[in-house]
Amino acid sequence: MHQSDLISSDIDAYLKAHENKSLLRFITCGSVDDGKSTLIGRLLYESKMIFEDQLTALEQDSKKVGTQGENIDFALLVDGLAAEREQGITIDVAYRFFATEHRKFIVADTPGHEQYTRNMATGASTADLAVLLIDARQGVLTQTKRHAFIASQLGVRHIVLAVNKMDLVDYSEKVFNEIVDDFKTFADQLDIPNLHAIPVSALAGDNVVDGSRYMPWYEGPSLLGYLEGVDVEAEETSLPFRMPVQWVNRPDLDFRGYAGRVAGGIVRPGDDVRVLPSGKQSKIARIVTMDSDLDEGVSGQSVTLTLTDEIDISRGDVIATSETPPEISDQFDTTIIWLSEEPMLPGRSYRMKTSSRLVSATVNAPKHKTDVNTLQKLPAKTLQLNEIGNCTLAVDRPIAFDSYNENRQTGSFILIDRMTNNTVGMGMINFPLRRAANIHWQNLDINKAANAEQKGQSPAVLWFTGLSGSGKSTIANEVQRRLFASGRHSFILDGDNVRHGLNRDLGFTDADRVENIRRVAEVSKLMVDAGLITLVSFISPFRAERDLARNLMEEGEFIEIFVNTPLSVAESRDPKGLYKKARAGNLRNFTGIDSPYEAPENPEIEINTDDMSLEDAAERVINGLIERGIIEA
Amino acid sequence: MHHANLPSSNERFIMSATAQIHLTHLQRLEAEAIHIMREVVSEAQNPVMLYSVGKDSAVMLHLAMKAFYPSKPPFPLLHVDTGWKFKEMISFRDDLVAKLGLELLTHTNPEGLADGVGPFTHGSAVHTDIMKTQGLKQALDKYQFDAAFGGARRDEEKSRAKERIFSFRSAQHQWDPKNQRPELWSIYNVQKHEGESIRVFPLSNWTELDIWQYIHLEQIPIVPLYFAAERPVVERDGTLIMVDDDRMPLKDDEQPILKNVRFRTLGCYPLTGAVESTADTLQAIIQEMLLTRTSERQGRVIDHDQSASMEKKKQEGYF
Repeated sequence: MHQSDLISSDIDAYLKAHENKSLLRFITCGSVDDGKSTLIGRLLYESKMIFEDQLTALEQDSKKVGTQGENIDFALLVDGLAAEREQGITIDVAYRFFATEHRKFIVADTPGHEQYTRNMATGASTADLAVLLIDARQGVLTQTKRHAFIASQLGVRHIVLAVNKMDLVDYSEKVFNEIVDDFKTFADQLDIPNLHAIPVSALAGDNVVDGSRYMPWYEGPSLLGYLEGVDVEAEETSLPFRMPVQWVNRPDLDFRGYAGRVAGGIVRPGDDVRVLPSGKQSKIARIVTMDSDLDEGVSGQSVTLTLTDEIDISRGDVIATSETPPEISDQFDTTIIWLSEEPMLPGRSYRMKTSSRLVSATVNAPKHKTDVNTLQKLPAKTLQLNEIGNCTLAVDRPIAFDSYNENRQTGSFILIDRMTNNTVGMGMINFPLRRAANIHWQNLDINKAANAEQKGQSPAVLWFTGLSGSGKSTIANEVQRRLFASGRHSFILDGDNVRHGLNRDLGFTDADRVENIRRVAEVSKLMVDAGLITLVSFISPFRAERDLARNLMEEGEFIEIFVNTPLSVAESRDPKGLYKKARAGNLRNFTGIDSPYEAPENPEIEINTDDMSLEDAAERVINGLIERGIIEA
Repeated sequence: MHHANLPSSNERFIMSATAQIHLTHLQRLEAEAIHIMREVVSEAQNPVMLYSVGKDSAVMLHLAMKAFYPSKPPFPLLHVDTGWKFKEMISFRDDLVAKLGLELLTHTNPEGLADGVGPFTHGSAVHTDIMKTQGLKQALDKYQFDAAFGGARRDEEKSRAKERIFSFRSAQHQWDPKNQRPELWSIYNVQKHEGESIRVFPLSNWTELDIWQYIHLEQIPIVPLYFAAERPVVERDGTLIMVDDDRMPLKDDEQPILKNVRFRTLGCYPLTGAVESTADTLQAIIQEMLLTRTSERQGRVIDHDQSASMEKKKQEGYF
């Protein structure tokens, strides 16, 4: 029985059938004037998703601004914002909905314009399938190739090549075959597991919903028939189980649940799981939902899990099958698409958001970028808006992940600018860099807490920052003397001393300064793990890198001490004669002279050495430690 | 070519055999909405759920109960009451909130109230702007909410089709359709500056039919006004307006008559057109909706002005 008959004769049967439809998300892409909007408009129209009042408005609009004479211009149904309607083009991603007897569809309509790669990538990121439109008169264009490339980069595994406007090439089989062969020659370089080609006319309706009487030579399904039948879900549920924890659910002391959306595979009570990045193991106790406990949770489902053991899990951790857990790393080879007018800045610290974790990330200069038109790899120093490049990325703490081609949920990330809060980049993890690959974090019995307890103190980092000659090392030395005298365990990392050994290979360019601080921050973190009060005396001129060091430590462990000495005073002291050299032009990149110093905005402790004796300065630091409970009075 | 055209019949069989475990479209939409709500609660400082008492709000609230179960949703509900809502909406609202044990905040624009602003005296445009748009801004400012859930759907109207799920508003509550953040995968960027806020639409990808199917499947309670019953109405400019209280001035030739009517959307009673109907069960409503030939917003008086009207209202801060 046809669905519309069922609606009037047996609504209960209709509802039963329609409440169990599957869902397919797809994108349409193609060049300008390929007829995308017309195609979507027709799908909406033919699947009876257009109401009478909308149709009336459409008929009026068609006469007023349409491009089809007296006929209905389906494209007008789809082009939304007022500005776009005036220009007659779609400029952003728009989502449309329609349903058939078997499936509900969400269509992302993405533009064909040269400059809008980012919009297509946006639409493709949530799509299971891409419908790629080709104008039969034009054949495979540069833009067709670009769209296919972006779709394959974003892991869209099903592509339908819709060769449109067949009515304008006399429904020629030869033209169709030539275009398909042409495309396949190109697509062989890409990873497109499922490719299917259909000759259509969106305007005349051939092979869109029903078949075409003009193209008896084509024996496959219509576009809609294909979209209804294609299976895109099996792959997701066959992946190893993963669930990034979004929210810890603690209504009372008796319940501790981990809320999240299954990002691959299936989970059942009793399953052995591993929590990452801590590496702790447990078993699934219950899969809790408001309706009832579930026997299994499948990929895509939002659930709340409880475990058989009380272990410490927080937002951003990943609960995964212990058989094949995700990898852990802090450095990756990635593919990045840049989305912002402001170019990517290698070395700059961005916020990075993965499925539910926010971390700090720095991107290295691209190894290469890819010309989306020729697929040629080109050298690059940075990425501009709409460029795709291959970059190494480092994060401030190890995270659990899968490679994007294994799991789109746990292998993807966005980059956020710290100043504007805009989403400036999107990325796909290809593989971890060997340094960190497959090193699972080792849980040690003698941990930081034990080390600290043995020494009878709270470990901390006292980070002295300020100009050369400001008095950082002198004050740090005095503070350590006092700590030593009162039986504390401490150690000083001094800028000059460290450059004689660990950082001997680094110079004074911005990039080297960033690396200099990163290494020192890591070493001081190790010392804190050893339970030590660690004094770091480094100019450390950039805010972003001091923040990087701060983010490595736990809350309250990082104490930024701004030794605030005016440049004129520091220069007049000039204990090492460096200012003189810099002024004479014999020393490049000297902080305060030809390289900037970014003063701390909210230092824990500020010392102005201009009006304070060495004893008072040390006293202030010691008092600061007592106030913060690092040491006792 | 190894990946040409349709899979063979043998491959098709294997595909369907492994695809037995799949979620229905409603399960997927539910999971997406729950995921969105949990992200907001985890990253926003002070979220709120805008509750308009309509069917979309009913679904959104039901999803919130699911998202945080066994906890209660960790945010209050906010109803911007224009003072002209149907009486049955208010009683339904109060009963439901009491039953679920949730915190409800209500706000009515005090200046508008003092000036006696209403749709009959000031017209629909002024009334909607002052009592709804300005009222909402006041409430968000008053409680310093930095994230507000709304029940808007992309299928409602053309300009909404392009709005993000996480939609940013300036400190003045303005929406800039030309400058939206790209939204990738299901990774939502919730970062914002002091004073800025986010409107979050967990039902973005639902259609009107999805909403009704879900209400049916989950047996979610809705305001009885959605069901057909005999109600006193007058016909004005081709729209059936229900006489919900004695504030409605009747013209000389107008006499309320009892008709079997129901409402496809709910709002301020003077601005909400009824449709003649006998659909008094959920099944009948869905049946009627599927067979009808007009879209749901047609009952809303405020949408008729011009085709880009909703986009204008949204830039000004209408939800």
